Amino acid sequence: MYDDVFIHLKDRSKEDEVADINVNTVNKYFGDVHVIKDISLDIKSQSFTVLVGPSGCGKSTMLRMIAGLEDINSGTISIDGQVVNDLPPKQRNIAMVFQSYALYPHMTVFDNMAFGLKLEKRSKDEINERVNEAARILQIEDYLLRKPKQLSGGQRQRVAIGRAITRKPKVFLFDEPLSNLDAALRVQMRVELAKLHNELDATMIYVTHDQTEAMTLADDIVVLDTGIVSQKGSPLELYDKPNNMFVGGFIGSPKMNFMPSKILSKSADSTEVDIMGMSKISVPKLSASSSEGDAVTLGIRPEHLVVNGDSDGSWESKVFVVEKLGDVTYLYLEKDGEPLVAEAEGHSDIKVGDTVKVGFPAGRCQLFDSSNQAFK
Amino acid sequence: MTILNLLFIVFLGILFFIAYFHISNYLLDSYGGKSVKRYNIENSIRVIVFIAPAFIVLFVFILYPVFETIRLSFYDKFGREFVGLYNYKWAVNDPEFRRSILNNLVWLLVVPTLSTFFGLVIANLADRIWWGSIAKSIIFMPMAISFVGAGVIWKFIYEYRGPDNTQIGLLNSIIVSLGYEPQAWLTIPIWNNFFLMAIMIWIQTGLALVIFSAALRSIPKEMLEAARIDGASELKIFFSIIIPYLEQTILVIWTLITIIVLRIFDIIFAMTNGEWQTGVLANLMYDWMFRGGGDSGRGSVLAIVIMIGVIPILAWNLYKHRQEQKI
Amino acid sequence: MKKISLSSILSQLLLLFFVIVWLIPTFGLFISSLRDKDLLAISGWWTALTTTEINEIYRMSGMEAQIEEDGYFKIKGTLFEENSGKKIESFGINSKKINEFMIGDIAIFKNESEVILDQDGNYEWRSKSEFQNKKGKRLFTTSLSPPSFTFENYREVLFKEGIGRAFVNTMAVALPSTLIPLIICSFFAYSLTWMKFFGRDTLLAIIIASLVVPLQMSLIPILSIYNDFGALFGVAAKSYPGVWMAHTGFGLASTTFLLRNFLKSLPNEMMEAAKVDGASHYDIFLRIIIPLSIPAFASIFILQFLWCWNDLLVGLVFLDQVPSEIILTAKLKELLGSRGENWEILTTGAFVSMTVPLFIFFALQRYFIRGLVAGSVKG
Repeated sequence: MYDDVFIHLKDRSKEDEVADINVNTVNKYFGDVHVIKDISLDIKSQSFTVLVGPSGCGKSTMLRMIAGLEDINSGTISIDGQVVNDLPPKQRNIAMVFQSYALYPHMTVFDNMAFGLKLEKRSKDEINERVNEAARILQIEDYLLRKPKQLSGGQRQRVAIGRAITRKPKVFLFDEPLSNLDAALRVQMRVELAKLHNELDATMIYVTHDQTEAMTLADDIVVLDTGIVSQKGSPLELYDKPNNMFVGGFIGSPKMNFMPSKILSKSADSTEVDIMGMSKISVPKLSASSSEGDAVTLGIRPEHLVVNGDSDGSWESKVFVVEKLGDVTYLYLEKDGEPLVAEAEGHSDIKVGDTVKVGFPAGRCQLFDSSNQAFK
Repeated sequence: MTILNLLFIVFLGILFFIAYFHISNYLLDSYGGKSVKRYNIENSIRVIVFIAPAFIVLFVFILYPVFETIRLSFYDKFGREFVGLYNYKWAVNDPEFRRSILNNLVWLLVVPTLSTFFGLVIANLADRIWWGSIAKSIIFMPMAISFVGAGVIWKFIYEYRGPDNTQIGLLNSIIVSLGYEPQAWLTIPIWNNFFLMAIMIWIQTGLALVIFSAALRSIPKEMLEAARIDGASELKIFFSIIIPYLEQTILVIWTLITIIVLRIFDIIFAMTNGEWQTGVLANLMYDWMFRGGGDSGRGSVLAIVIMIGVIPILAWNLYKHRQEQKI
Repeated sequence: MKKISLSSILSQLLLLFFVIVWLIPTFGLFISSLRDKDLLAISGWWTALTTTEINEIYRMSGMEAQIEEDGYFKIKGTLFEENSGKKIESFGINSKKINEFMIGDIAIFKNESEVILDQDGNYEWRSKSEFQNKKGKRLFTTSLSPPSFTFENYREVLFKEGIGRAFVNTMAVALPSTLIPLIICSFFAYSLTWMKFFGRDTLLAIIIASLVVPLQMSLIPILSIYNDFGALFGVAAKSYPGVWMAHTGFGLASTTFLLRNFLKSLPNEMMEAAKVDGASHYDIFLRIIIPLSIPAFASIFILQFLWCWNDLLVGLVFLDQVPSEIILTAKLKELLGSRGENWEILTTGAFVSMTVPLFIFFALQRYFIRGLVAGSVKG
């Protein structure tokens, strides 16, 4: 009879070490489609974790399983040490912000934010206090008596977040909350979300397909690809050391350039590769599984390509599009049908049709073997 | 029963259903949610609470009767003794039945077609005229009136007085002023069917009209403008863009009116009571439900014949539903 | 920049033609219901709209009304009711010559009494000798009558012919027959849309199939259930609750179908937000679904209410045709048989039966149309 309590206490005692949310070999099928494949995740208490990936990768499904909106086919999800597989959402101590905001159109902003509290049968004073507090944090005090349709997109978004805040949950779940906003507002809300996380000290799990949001907001990023975790780590870990070609290509904008290459020789601390027959370079990375003569892919970010400057390997390329953004200029280069994007200085005088010398420092590139795994 | 008593049972009847849902859900809300087990039990019971009343009504008033009617059609007039195909054989050889089937077929051919046609024409006319919405309202109005009310309205139009009297029926008055003999329209076999159908067309055109109007509004304006820029005439646009665009709507309206016409009863019951060769299946069935103390076997056969008429539509609807479910 | 083209004029004329053809029958009924019942029986309703020449027969007062004045016995009176607006053109004292005298002429009867008449119908009938007859003489008048209307027929029909009670009965049938399916089907449609349970798809398919099943399929078995039920419990087989449930049964599929179509259009995320907020299904139903469904409820209410109000067959089969149970349509049908020549009763009765539908039609046309269009998406 006391077992439950006991286990609970035991878990609480280890709270500092134990992850707040634990996902253990979870599987999910929609009919015959296997959308989540044996995913295990530890999400630390009070961290801001971003699940990122292209559409259809299972990131929203994962979030909805944590929320209790989707059943789990196998595996367990625990929050704060308690397995929540069969618990309804309201007992998981979570709050969720939806992509479409999902505000109740017939209720005022105040009632939208108070709905959950009213269902919990809180006292009037407490409801007032909590709603006003949330409204203050989100600066929507002036709109409390309006209906959602009288609000702008950004204001609606704040109400949706406010609705989550009033319930003082342990975990906040965000399902692509900014994707319906225009670009300028998105940047602004991003900053406010980061501020909010600092203020509330709550665990936040955030789903997005936008790697910029992931990079800017996250303590930890989880990159999902077709139902599996491709890589988990801090933003810079993912940027500097992608596990595989998918993560390399997904993180960073513009995208990492990929060039077909071939291993010429291997040494103790580097691998020498030939890039499309134009250039040879010795990369300080290794892979036990590949051998001389293997085809590999070399990845280099546009910002690491050096145009008309000193670099380790270099070749000549023709410019066919120039995009001037002010702070930087992107050059679209072509060599033997392989497109490349390179970053040049903002006021570069390179024109379409010019031939430029391109190269990169060996330490900046990545190598991926034939199964797309990165060299270490 | 006094009016006060009547009001009381009306109030009670409605309150009963509200109370059922409110009390059962209130109990469930206070029971569930305290543990995983209770939560699961609560959920299963809740589904039953939500579905049960509708399902029971559906079962008692639709599902069971369909099978019972089929069974009764093979039994004698009291539904006691099995008589095989006797009732069906009777129907095939009964002149009244044959007349009704024939009339029903003519109704099915004429009414949906003309109602749909008028509806389409009027919707198109009204769409481009500033007083079109008033016109639509007026033509739609008969939809709100009962078939019996419409029957009285039209009986007044068809009213017949002897040749020496002043005609108070509009139709005969016109006929007389043109120099012809007045006619008792509803008693002229074959033709009287068409005078009855006119009533139905008068009513159902409104239905076709409003649905077409809604569909017309959904045609992208850009598409029509593009056609005009390409130099198409309005008539050309109507036939090669609007009609094909509305193909699905035309079909839907046509089936909708077909279903209504198939079970047409009130108009004929009120106007001629099936006399002068105007009977249709539904009237004949009503007749056999009570004629000679009622014959449930023959009545059931007639109901089944009406049902057979809707089976193709039923199958088509189910097919479409399954297609939608797949998406 | 409007240009008046031939085709636009033609389409206006064509539409006008349709409008007139569609309007005239109802309009004629309405005018007739407001006419004097005697006029209604002898002239077409269209004559009531203009000043018409009418021939009438009146009888003057008898001997009791006579007074002695200036050496004459006089009977004074008026032929018309007050404010009739009729103006006499000519009159006669003999059925063979009804236009014999003009206003101002003195008409002399065989007994040598004489009468003068003014155009408003006031007469003075005088005689040297005392009037002996209880009944006065007849006068034949030809007068111009302006359009005149009366609510007399309505008073007659509502209180003497039982239409008033039938009106109440119809309301007592239609209101519960609309509200009960609305209540149970909204829960049903909710569970079909937002709850997961075994057999949900099959149930939905059954609803779709039931949409087109003609109610004739149900009449005989249900009537026999009601008879058995009545016999078993010693209650009447035909009763108001019986009709309500029959209407509920016949309207169940379409009500559920329309409601489900509407509920399906509500955003899924809103329901989930409510779940996360801690709402039970009943909380969601009461606090979210109902407030948001008001327009859909209005449309469905109107469709089902009109259907029940206008129904004849169900009321005929499942209610006794007695004054306390008969509904308007059945009453009208009864009058068509028994009072087929009394057009003042028929037209007025029909119009009374149409008041509620027409009120709904004019007040709530938007919801009515929305419901029909929504229902037609699949049919």
